Amino acid sequence: MRRIFFSFIGLVIALPALAVPVTDYRLDNGMQVVVIEDHRAPVVVHMVWYKAGAADEPPGKSGIAHYLEHLMFKGTDTLAPGEFSSTVAANGGTDNAFTSQDYTGYFQRVASDRLELMMQMEADRMRNLRLSEDLILAERDVVIEERNQRVENDPGALFSEQRRAALFLNHPYGIPIIGWMHEASALTLQDALDFYEKFYAPNNAILVVAGDVEPEEVLELAQKHYGPLAPTPGLGARQRPQEPPHLAERRLIFEDPRASEPYVVRTYLAPERDPGAQEEAAALALLADVLGGNSATSVLGQKLVFGAGEAIYASAFYQGLSYDDGSFGVFIVPKPGVSLQEAETALDNAIAEFMEEGIDDAQFERIKQQIRASRIYAEDSTQSLARRYGAALTSGLTLEDIEAWPDILQATTKEQVMAAAARIFDRNKAVTGWLRKPSVEVTQ
Amino acid sequence: MSRLFFVVLAALSLTAPGARAAVDIQEVISPGGITAWLVEEHQIPFVALEIRFKGGASLDAPGKRGAINLMTGLIEEGAGDLDARGFAQAQESLAARFEFDVYDDALSVSARFLTENRDASVALLKSALNAPRFDQDAVDRVRGQVLSIIRSDEKDPNEIARRAFNARTYGDHPYASSSNGTLESVGGLTRDDILAAHQAVLTKDKLFVGVVGDITAEELGALLDDLLGGLPETGAAIPDRAEISFDGGVEVVPFQTPQSVAIFGHAGISRDDPDFFPAFVLNTILGAGGFDSRLMTEVREKRGLTYGVNSYLASRDLADLVVGQVASANDRIAEAIDVIKAEWARIAAEGVTQDELEVAQTFLTGQYPLRFDGNARIAGILVGMQTGDLPIDYIATRNDKVWAVTLEDVRRVAARLLDPEMLTFVVVGAPEGLEATN
Repeated sequence: MRRIFFSFIGLVIALPALAVPVTDYRLDNGMQVVVIEDHRAPVVVHMVWYKAGAADEPPGKSGIAHYLEHLMFKGTDTLAPGEFSSTVAANGGTDNAFTSQDYTGYFQRVASDRLELMMQMEADRMRNLRLSEDLILAERDVVIEERNQRVENDPGALFSEQRRAALFLNHPYGIPIIGWMHEASALTLQDALDFYEKFYAPNNAILVVAGDVEPEEVLELAQKHYGPLAPTPGLGARQRPQEPPHLAERRLIFEDPRASEPYVVRTYLAPERDPGAQEEAAALALLADVLGGNSATSVLGQKLVFGAGEAIYASAFYQGLSYDDGSFGVFIVPKPGVSLQEAETALDNAIAEFMEEGIDDAQFERIKQQIRASRIYAEDSTQSLARRYGAALTSGLTLEDIEAWPDILQATTKEQVMAAAARIFDRNKAVTGWLRKPSVEVTQ
Repeated sequence: MSRLFFVVLAALSLTAPGARAAVDIQEVISPGGITAWLVEEHQIPFVALEIRFKGGASLDAPGKRGAINLMTGLIEEGAGDLDARGFAQAQESLAARFEFDVYDDALSVSARFLTENRDASVALLKSALNAPRFDQDAVDRVRGQVLSIIRSDEKDPNEIARRAFNARTYGDHPYASSSNGTLESVGGLTRDDILAAHQAVLTKDKLFVGVVGDITAEELGALLDDLLGGLPETGAAIPDRAEISFDGGVEVVPFQTPQSVAIFGHAGISRDDPDFFPAFVLNTILGAGGFDSRLMTEVREKRGLTYGVNSYLASRDLADLVVGQVASANDRIAEAIDVIKAEWARIAAEGVTQDELEVAQTFLTGQYPLRFDGNARIAGILVGMQTGDLPIDYIATRNDKVWAVTLEDVRRVAARLLDPEMLTFVVVGAPEGLEATN
C-alpha cells in the first residue's frame, strides 16, 4: 500500500528526456521559444514562464510574486477584469497560473487552432496590465483565504514553513511562496506594479508550446505577437542572497492541537541541478530513491516499516530542481507507542547501517530500469511535459541539461551515490523537526 | 474460425468549434466472453489498462466497515509465490505501474505496462488479482497505515465536514460512513474478513474494462481471458439505493481552526433523467464553470470571501445529490453562506440568461475534446462510459446533447432541481455570527 498522505513527498526521479521532437528558438527581444510536438490529439498547451518567483521578491514584500499572479487576470488596456479567462472558456479552453520560488507561469489548454488568440492575449498582459484599487483589495482577501486554506488550517503546512525558515539562514527560500501573513495582508498596488514592470518582459520570459503544432508556425506567431514587446533594460543576472556556511545543527518542535500523527522530518541543505554539472544532483536523486521510493523495496522501508520496524511510514525526498541550493530530507512517522525520540534514533540507526552496508546491486538496477521506462510513460501527458521543461528552464538549466539528465542518471555509480550520501548527511547543515500535539491539551 | 469476436463499431469523430478529437473505440469480446472497450494507439510502446469492479466499498459486510478498503491496500502486498517485497521487486524490474484504489461505487485497478514486458506484467497483475496472499504481517502493517489515515482524518476539517454531511444525509446506507472504516471496525478485521472482501468485490458480474495503447484487439482478447477469466462469476449484491434526507439547516461542528470549511447540498438528479443535460448546463453556470460561475463571481471575485467555491452534480450509482464546498475565515463564513443561499434562490427563481447559456455551452463543448489527451486518461473515460451505461457512440453525440439545451429547459430544471429551502450546510470550524440549527 502506497497511499500518500503527507504532502512533502514528491516524485524524485523527474524530468526524463524525450523521444518526441523539441525545438528551441530565441526572439530578437530575448524571449526563448520552446516547442514540443505531440500530434496525437488536436490540442495545444500554451505557457509563458517568467524567471521571477517568490525568491526574487524585495525584502518585506513576501507574497508579491504570487499576488501579482492573481492580479494578472484583472485586465489590460483592452481586456476587462476576468475577460482573459472568459475568453479562454468561450473558446473551449481552460487556463490557470502558478507561482514557485523560482518562476511564475501562465497556461492555457485549447484546441490547436486557437493558439494565436492565446498568444495575442498573453502578449498583451505581459506589458499592458491595468489595475484598479478596489479590484486588487478584494483579490488580496482571496489570497489571504488561500493562505488560510493551504497553510493556516493545516498544521503540517505550518510546520513545513517553520522548518524551511530554519533551514535557510540567509536565502529567501526560507520565506513561504504565498508570503507571511503579516506581509501578504499589507501588499499594495504599487508593490505589484513594481514587481511586474521589472520582471514581466520578453527578455525574462520563456514561451513553451506543446501539442499538435508545427515549430515554424509557432515561431511565426511568436514573432508576430511577442516579438514587438520591449525588453526590460539592465535586468542583469538573478542574484539572491546566498547561504553562509552552516555550522550548527538546528532543531525545532512544533506543537499543534490539530496535529494527529506525530512525525520527525530532517532536511539537509543540498546542491541542486546546476547547468553543465548535474552529477551530484543525479547521485542525490538516486540516493532518495534507494532510501525512499517504494517502502517494500527501499532501505528505510525495509529497516523501519517492515518486520518489527518502528514506523508506519518512512521515506526520503530530494528537491533538486531549483535555481539555488535545494534540500534533501528523510522522515519517519512512528507507530503508536513509539516516541519521537525513539523514532529519530531508529531513523539515525537505519541511515548509519546503510552507510556501512552500501547499496544492493539488484535494487540499483531496478531503479535504473524504472528511469528508462519513465521516459516512455512521460510522453503520455503533453501538459506535464511542457510543465517540466518550463520548470527546468526557469531553474537555470538548458535544453541540453534536460536532454542529458537521464543519461547522467544512468551513468551514476553506486560509489558516487554513497559518496554523495557521505557529503549530505552532515547534521550541521540540517534542521530536525518534530511535529506533535501539545503534551497537555489546552482547554478554553 | 477464430474464437475471438470483436466488433469495430465506428470511427467516432467529435466535432466542436475549434477542436475535433477522433477516438476510435472498438468493443472487444474475448473468447471467454469478457467485454472491453479498446482504443488502439501504437505511437508510444505501452498500454494503459483500466479495470473497475462496480460496488466498491459499498459492498462491505455488516460490521466489517473498512474491510474492502484494507483488502484493496493489500492487493499489491504479496501474491502467488511472492511476498510483499518480492512482488514490489518484480513490478519494479518490469517497470510496470499498478495502482489499486477503492471508493463508494467501485474498486479500480489502473495498470500501465511497456510493450516489451507485456506478458510478464500481465502475469504479475493476474497473480495480484486472482491470488493475493494477504499474509498476516502485511495485513497488520497496512492496517497500521489505514488506522493512521483514520486518525488524521479525524483532525482534518475537510474530512470532518464530509463525514458529518454524509452521516446526516444517507441514514444507514454505506454512503453514510467512511469507506476507510473506523478505528474500532478496522482494528477488529481478521485475515478471513479480508479474504471475504476479495471474494465479494472482484467478480466478473461487476467487471468493466477500458484499454488504450499499443495492443491489437486480438491480443487484447487473449489478455482479458488470461488476466480476468479465473475470477468468480458473482459476489456480494449491490446495496439498494440510499434514502437521502435534508432539512435546510446549518449544522456547526466546533473545531478550533482559523478557517471554517462548509459542505452544502440537497437532492440531485440521475444521469438517466431526461433533464440531466439541462441540469448539467445549469450547474456549470451556477458553480462548476471555473472562474466565471455565479458562485465564484459573487463569493470570490466580488467579495474576496474565499479562495474557492463550487457546486457539482454528485450523481452516484445509488443516490443523486447536488453538492458544493466553500472555505472562509471564521469571521467571514456567515457572509459566504448568505451569498450562496441568495444565489441558489436567485437562479432557482429566475433561471439564467441567454448569454450565460451560450457561454456555458461553448465552454462545455469546447473543453470536452481536450479530455482525450493521453492513453491513461482515455482508458479511464472508456471505463467510466461503461459503468455509466452510456452507448459506445456517446462521445460523438455528447456535444449535441449540450447544444440541444434551451433557455426554457434550464429555467424549468432550475425550478425543479434547486431548492434554497432544503439547501443544507455542515460547517466545521469556529464560525462567528452564524446561526446553527443543530
